[in-house]
Amino acid sequence: MPPVVELQRVTVRYGARTALQAVSAVFPPGAVGLLGPNGAGKSTMIRALLGFVPPTEGQLTVLGLDVAKSPLAVRGRIGYMPENDGHIPGMNAVSFVAFCAELSGLPRADAMQRAHEVLFYVGLGEARYRNVETYSTGMKQRIKLAQALVHDPDLLFLDEPTNGMDPKGREEMLDLIVDIARNKGINVILSSHLLPDVEHTCDHVIVLDKGAVATQGRIEGLKGPGGSVVELRFKGEPAPFLAALAGAGFQVHASDDDIMRVFVPEGHDPQAIFPLAAAHRIQVRHFRASVETLEDVFAKAVGEA
Amino acid sequence: MPIHDQGYRRYGGRRRPIGTAWWVIARQQMRAILSQKRYLGLLLLAWIPFVARVVQIYLAANFQQASFLATSAQLFRGFLDQQSLFVFLLIVGAAGAIADDRRANALQVYLSKPLTRVEYIAGKLFAPLAFVLGITLLPAVLLLAVHVAFSGSLTFVAQNLYLLPAIVFYSVVLALLGTFTMVALSSLSKSRRFTALTFTGVFFFTTAMYQALQRITGSRLWALLSPRDLLDVIGDAAFRTPGPRAVPVWAALLAVAAMIGVSILVLERRVRGVEVVGS
Repeated sequence: MPPVVELQRVTVRYGARTALQAVSAVFPPGAVGLLGPNGAGKSTMIRALLGFVPPTEGQLTVLGLDVAKSPLAVRGRIGYMPENDGHIPGMNAVSFVAFCAELSGLPRADAMQRAHEVLFYVGLGEARYRNVETYSTGMKQRIKLAQALVHDPDLLFLDEPTNGMDPKGREEMLDLIVDIARNKGINVILSSHLLPDVEHTCDHVIVLDKGAVATQGRIEGLKGPGGSVVELRFKGEPAPFLAALAGAGFQVHASDDDIMRVFVPEGHDPQAIFPLAAAHRIQVRHFRASVETLEDVFAKAVGEA
Repeated sequence: MPIHDQGYRRYGGRRRPIGTAWWVIARQQMRAILSQKRYLGLLLLAWIPFVARVVQIYLAANFQQASFLATSAQLFRGFLDQQSLFVFLLIVGAAGAIADDRRANALQVYLSKPLTRVEYIAGKLFAPLAFVLGITLLPAVLLLAVHVAFSGSLTFVAQNLYLLPAIVFYSVVLALLGTFTMVALSSLSKSRRFTALTFTGVFFFTTAMYQALQRITGSRLWALLSPRDLLDVIGDAAFRTPGPRAVPVWAALLAVAAMIGVSILVLERRVRGVEVVGS
């Protein structure tokens, strides 16, 4: 299947600052997660794909269309759910969503009909005559999704779609995204810093770091290749011990609390950690085999230690 | 967790061609303005001078005793001058055109749709422009038609062939200068109140500044800084009003064109500036 989005050596500069540096990436059909720490270039990539920011070098293709040559045709086939709240002042939800559909080229009657349908779909059916300005944070997230969906795009850009939502709302939003991507035939690019959200909804990820692609591929494939992970907590002088672990081929990444995650490469024995600890007068307080998660993939890719 | 409604359907209907979204924005703007009773009232009030002039033309044409009300080409100039208060108020009413969108972060919503910045700006300009022309150009042209109807001949029009082009030209210049300036100011702020105050300040301050500088320096060239006085010069020239003018009409036209040009530049930069937000 042809890729949904393709970037070929794309560089974007804001004055002297380089936001994307010769990025080449392929977004396959389905749901793709766009990950990266703050300032990695995720938002810049989305803005470049929307045609807002012209790249200094390189080529962007969305749904087979060159963004530089046909930005309007591209925007006609995509839906964009921005990270920040955005609405047209003074409108109720159904008028707002219908207005967005009309802006995307739908005739007035169709726009209104679809606005009702989509608002029910995203769970705002009962509140569709309320002014958008009176909505809660979670409802604002839903209406942003509705305005991005109403014209039936082939590709949805979702920028932090669960920001500010309560756990129940977040779960519902993620279910909606899964339904859109798997059952409705709409491709999704999900930019989020919440790795569990991406893991729940996406099959592929592209990890950006410092304006470049740190890693990309199927999540299972990225988690899969050989080796294992152990959780480790210890008492003692950490620096020499961590250096010894690194010297022995283990990768160590800090996680929450004081637990470290140690990646054990294929062919290495996790038990080899104990002699190293003993040699550096380290007390091992916690040692447990773990499963590699997307967080580990992310940590390895962006080198968070 | 159940999904609320699985009834989402793909859309197979027709779509309007790209390049027509400005009209969707313009229509929404007009609807928003007309939904406010005070602006609707203002629009109706702005037609009262028209009714008064119609009565004047009728009396002058049909009653000998009312010959002192006889109309001349200056009636139209006077009428348009009279409308300037309503024009000012209508334009101030458009202060939220872009400011409201900036406050509500709506630009990112607009610009992620298949429409250009030019379309967005055109849509925002259209409503105030249409309303201003609706209380200047339209009634003034109708007055001319009423004059022909009541007098029963085209003599007046034939004697004043410049009148119709003058009405069209002056009304369009007035509407363009006012709406471009207001929409450009609106793009600079997130507050419609601040925008309205700024416009009012610019309008009155530049006139006061011109008068003060003229007194101090003795030069009337300072009128180039005052939109109100520039419009006076252009109006006098268009309607062939005798008397001295503060600046040559070509200079006034150039100054007005420069003001509109600056407004376009501001709009171009501000709408782009919001579009490309630093990450």
